[in-house]
Amino acid sequence: MFVGMTGRPQLGRGLLRTAVALAYLVIFAPVLMIVLTSFFSQQIISFPPPGLTWHWYVNAWDKPEFLRGFVTSLQVALLAAFVGVPIGTAAALAIVRSDFPGKQAVSALLLAPLAVPGVVAGSGLFMFYVLAENLLDRDIKATTQGLVAAHVLLTIPWTVRLVVASLQGLDRAAEEAAANLGASPLTVFRRITLPMMRPGIVAAAMFSFIQSFENLDLSILLVGPGRITLPVAMLNYLEFRIDPTLAAVATVQILIVGVLMVVTDRFVNLSRVV
Amino acid sequence: MASLGIEKLTKRFGTSLAVDDLDLSVNEGELVALLGPSGCGKTTTLRMVAGFLPPTSGRVLFDNEDVTSLPAYKRSTGMVFQSYALFPHMTAAQNVGFGLEMRNLGAAERDSKVGEALKLVRLSHLAGRLPRELSGGQQQRVALARALVINPKLFLLDEPLSNLDAKLRSEVRIEIRALQQRLGLTTLLVTHDREEALTMADRLVVMEGGKVRQIGTPRELYDEPQDAFVADFVGRCNILPGRRESESRFRTVGGLLLTVDTAANESNNANAFALRPERISISPGANGETQGRVEAVTYLGAQTEYHVRIGNELFVVVRPTPGASEPLAALKPQDPVSLQWEPKAPRLVPQTS
Repeated sequence: MFVGMTGRPQLGRGLLRTAVALAYLVIFAPVLMIVLTSFFSQQIISFPPPGLTWHWYVNAWDKPEFLRGFVTSLQVALLAAFVGVPIGTAAALAIVRSDFPGKQAVSALLLAPLAVPGVVAGSGLFMFYVLAENLLDRDIKATTQGLVAAHVLLTIPWTVRLVVASLQGLDRAAEEAAANLGASPLTVFRRITLPMMRPGIVAAAMFSFIQSFENLDLSILLVGPGRITLPVAMLNYLEFRIDPTLAAVATVQILIVGVLMVVTDRFVNLSRVV
Repeated sequence: MASLGIEKLTKRFGTSLAVDDLDLSVNEGELVALLGPSGCGKTTTLRMVAGFLPPTSGRVLFDNEDVTSLPAYKRSTGMVFQSYALFPHMTAAQNVGFGLEMRNLGAAERDSKVGEALKLVRLSHLAGRLPRELSGGQQQRVALARALVINPKLFLLDEPLSNLDAKLRSEVRIEIRALQQRLGLTTLLVTHDREEALTMADRLVVMEGGKVRQIGTPRELYDEPQDAFVADFVGRCNILPGRRESESRFRTVGGLLLTVDTAANESNNANAFALRPERISISPGANGETQGRVEAVTYLGAQTEYHVRIGNELFVVVRPTPGASEPLAALKPQDPVSLQWEPKAPRLVPQTS
C-alpha cells in the first residue's frame, strides 16, 4: 500500500518485520530456554549461568528410566502411526469420496479426540480398560497394546484432517484420464490416487508419530511398570527433583522431532500439505 | 478408428435436464465440435461418450456397436482433458506409456511407441521431465501424445486449448487439426470458443439448454443460421427483432423499414433480421438508401468497427481499416453515413427466448 511519500511504506515494512520477529521470539523462546539450560552448570536454574557443561546429558544417559522410556515411546509411536494412519486414510477416503447417511456426524466424531482434553480421554479409557479387563479376563491397561490402542486415537484425527485436505486438492481428472487409458478402478487407485495422496499420508504419519511420541496426558494413567513412556518418565523424575537433566532429555526430544520434520519436508513440502 | 453414434441421449441431474434427447453421428475420420455456452450440456455429452457418466436414457454406439453400459476403461477412447490431467508423479514418457502398460504391451514395444508418440508432438527431448517441469503448452502435447498412443477408437477433446495463451492457441489449433486429418481420427471436440470450433471442425453442433440448435458445416452455420441464437453464437451479428410486412419488407421493433430478399427466409415464424457486421459496407455522406449517423469508431488494427444509428436501431459495421488517405479514415462520431448490403446478405430468423 502506498501512503504518501516513500518514508511511510518503509516505516510500515519495518513495523511488520519487528512484529514478525517478535512472534518468532515468542514461539521459540521456550525451546531456546530449554536448550540453553541443558548446558548450564548450576543445578538450580539461574541466569546468567556460572558455566557450561555436558554433565546433564551424561546424567540423563546414566538414568535407565529415560533410555527405557525413550525406547517405549519410540515403539508405541511407531505402532500407533502404523495402525492409525491406514485407518484414518480409509476414513478420509470415505468422507471425501462417498456419500452415506450420517457422514457429517462421522466426520465430526473422527476429529473429536482433538477436542477432548487428554486427561479426560485418558481417565475414560482407563475406566473402559478396567471394565474390559473384568469382562475379558486379561490385562489391558498396563500393556503396550493398551497404550498403542489409546495412542491410535491420537493419530486418527490428524490423519483424517491431513488426508482429507490432500484428497480435496487432488485433480480427479487424473483418475478419469487413467480410466480413459484402460485402468480398472482398482488399478486407478493403486497407480494414480494413492501416489497422489502420498504427501498427505507422509505428513499424517509424521504428525501421528510426533503426537504419540510427545504425549503425556493421555498416557499417564495407562502406562504400566517397566513400560513407561519418555514424557511420563520425565514427569516422574520431576516429582523428586528439578535440575537441567530434564532439559537435556527435552533437548534430545526436540532434536529428534526437528530432524524428523526436516527429513519429511525433503520428501513432501509440508507447508503445502498442512 | 470408429464412427460414433449418439441416439436419443438424455441426462437428467435431479430435476434439471442437462442433455435432452440428443441425436448425432460422427463419421469415421470426421471432426465434430460441440459448441455452446457453459451449461449447455456439451461437456456432459462428451463425458457420457467417454463413459464417465451414465446416461439417463439413450444409446452411445461405436461402429454401430452399443457401448452405453461399457465402463470408461473398456471403451478405448483417447481423451484430452481441459486441465490435461497428467499424472503428476510420472514423467512425460511414463504418462504416455501408461495406456500401453494397461494394454499389457512388452517394455520394448512400449518404449518404441512412446518414443514415436513423443516425436509426433515434438517432445522427445523432454521425455524424462515431470509434468510440473513442463510449460502449459508442453503439458498439453504430452496429453495429446498420451491419448493418441493407444490408437483409440475415438479421439475426445474437452476444451483442449482453453488453458493456453492466445498466440499459442491459434498455433496448436492448426497443429491438432493437421494431426487429426493426417491420422484420420474420428474426433469429438467440446468448446465454447466459436473461433476454435469454426477453424477446426468439419461439422459443428450448436447446443443450448441441453438441446441441439443446429448441426452443419462451419459455413452453413455462419451463413445460414436457423435462429438468432445460432446466428449470434457462431459470430457477431446485428439482430433486429421485428416482423415481416410483405414479401420484401421487414419492419423492426424500432420502426425501421428494411428491404429483404424474398429468399432470405425459409422459416415461417421469422421475427428477427440478422446481418453480419462485415457484410455491410459503409460510405460517408447521406446519399444511399439507408442513412444514419456514426456513434462510435473503434480502431482494431486490421479492422475498424463503426457503430451507426439509423432511427432507433443501432448497427455494428466491421470493415478492413481504411488507408489514411481514404475518405472513410476521416469518419468521426456524428458524421452522416449510408449503409449498403447485398440483398441476399441478411437472414430472417426466428428469435429465441
